[in-house]
Amino acid sequence: MISRAVLWILGALLLGGIVHLATVLVLPRAAKEDAYSRLAELTPVNALAPLAAPSAQDSIMPFMDPAFAVAVCRYDISSAPLKLSAPVSQAYTSVTFYTRNSVAYYAINDRAAGRRTIDLDLMTAAQHAQLPEEEDVTAADRLIIESPTTTGLIVLRALAPEPGLMPLARRALGAAQCGPADSR
Amino acid sequence: MLGSFLTMVFAAVVGLGATWLTLTRGVAFGALHIGAWTAWPKSGSVDIDPYARATVARTGELPIGTGDGVAFYARTDDAGNPFDGRCSFAISGMTPAARYWTLTLYDPEGRLVANTIDRHGFSSAEIVRDADGRFAINVAPRARPGNWLPSGAAERFVLVWRLYDTPIGVATRTTKIGQMPTVTRKGCS
Repeated sequence: MISRAVLWILGALLLGGIVHLATVLVLPRAAKEDAYSRLAELTPVNALAPLAAPSAQDSIMPFMDPAFAVAVCRYDISSAPLKLSAPVSQAYTSVTFYTRNSVAYYAINDRAAGRRTIDLDLMTAAQHAQLPEEEDVTAADRLIIESPTTTGLIVLRALAPEPGLMPLARRALGAAQCGPADSR
Repeated sequence: MLGSFLTMVFAAVVGLGATWLTLTRGVAFGALHIGAWTAWPKSGSVDIDPYARATVARTGELPIGTGDGVAFYARTDDAGNPFDGRCSFAISGMTPAARYWTLTLYDPEGRLVANTIDRHGFSSAEIVRDADGRFAINVAPRARPGNWLPSGAAERFVLVWRLYDTPIGVATRTTKIGQMPTVTRKGCS
């Protein structure tokens, strides 16, 4: 009788473990309040939009760094690749690429880019494979990023080293461009 | 029959309970601890583990990318005293190599905390230092001379130290990263 009860408990624990792992793995796909969902209500697709700075009253996402001006390009590259061009600000500028499920799959800063603008082409692996070889060569000075998902977020961040420099950081991001590669 | 029903209920409770606990406590692998500070450098890359992934999806935050920087979180001082807005804490020392850093104070949910001077943190560029480059930051509910970071008498708060353009997290040997500033409680009101 006791061994039978122990067996039931062991079985329940095992099943509980499976439930736990399944929920952890499913949650990123089921979450309604994740960063992409929050930004979907505020930003257009395949265009750059500045984000409101976080304040004590309101913050689009939790744990935003208030020392940074932020702009987001919410992308959908299912039909065409995307071009991003971001002039660097005086202090520090970075560009981070997130999948639909908030995984940061690529990030680069102004120093790593090594020039006055950060120029990037974003495409799927299939679109990259279809690129004519010639174009791949001429594009050698452009960085090609492969997105693991067809939708996602490009987040541009420009540092205001002190609060008074925030307008300058915002202006630097305002000069950035993000859009489908064929429309320019 | 009753046995299998109880097993199902027990399994659901155990499974969902474990998920809730791990996601609300911020469980993730590959943590980097230095004093009171903890960072999860892998969370800013495709190597992010399933727990961190689920946590990020639940909270709605965007983790800082590895090529951008690394974020260190502290919820207690070096002695393990939890951050309480009624107490004052002194932060001093040196930071690991980085082009810029920022220090920001949040409530446990990641919101900024209201205060009279509208200050929520410092950057490495605006901090007041002494002659040998060292600095001290006072996190306190009432005004202090020097670098005062108001805690607004929040019941609990979190400090986040972000290092931008830093070899930490990018370099493979993350053990040799030097020091993080010390955090000491100075008294409570």
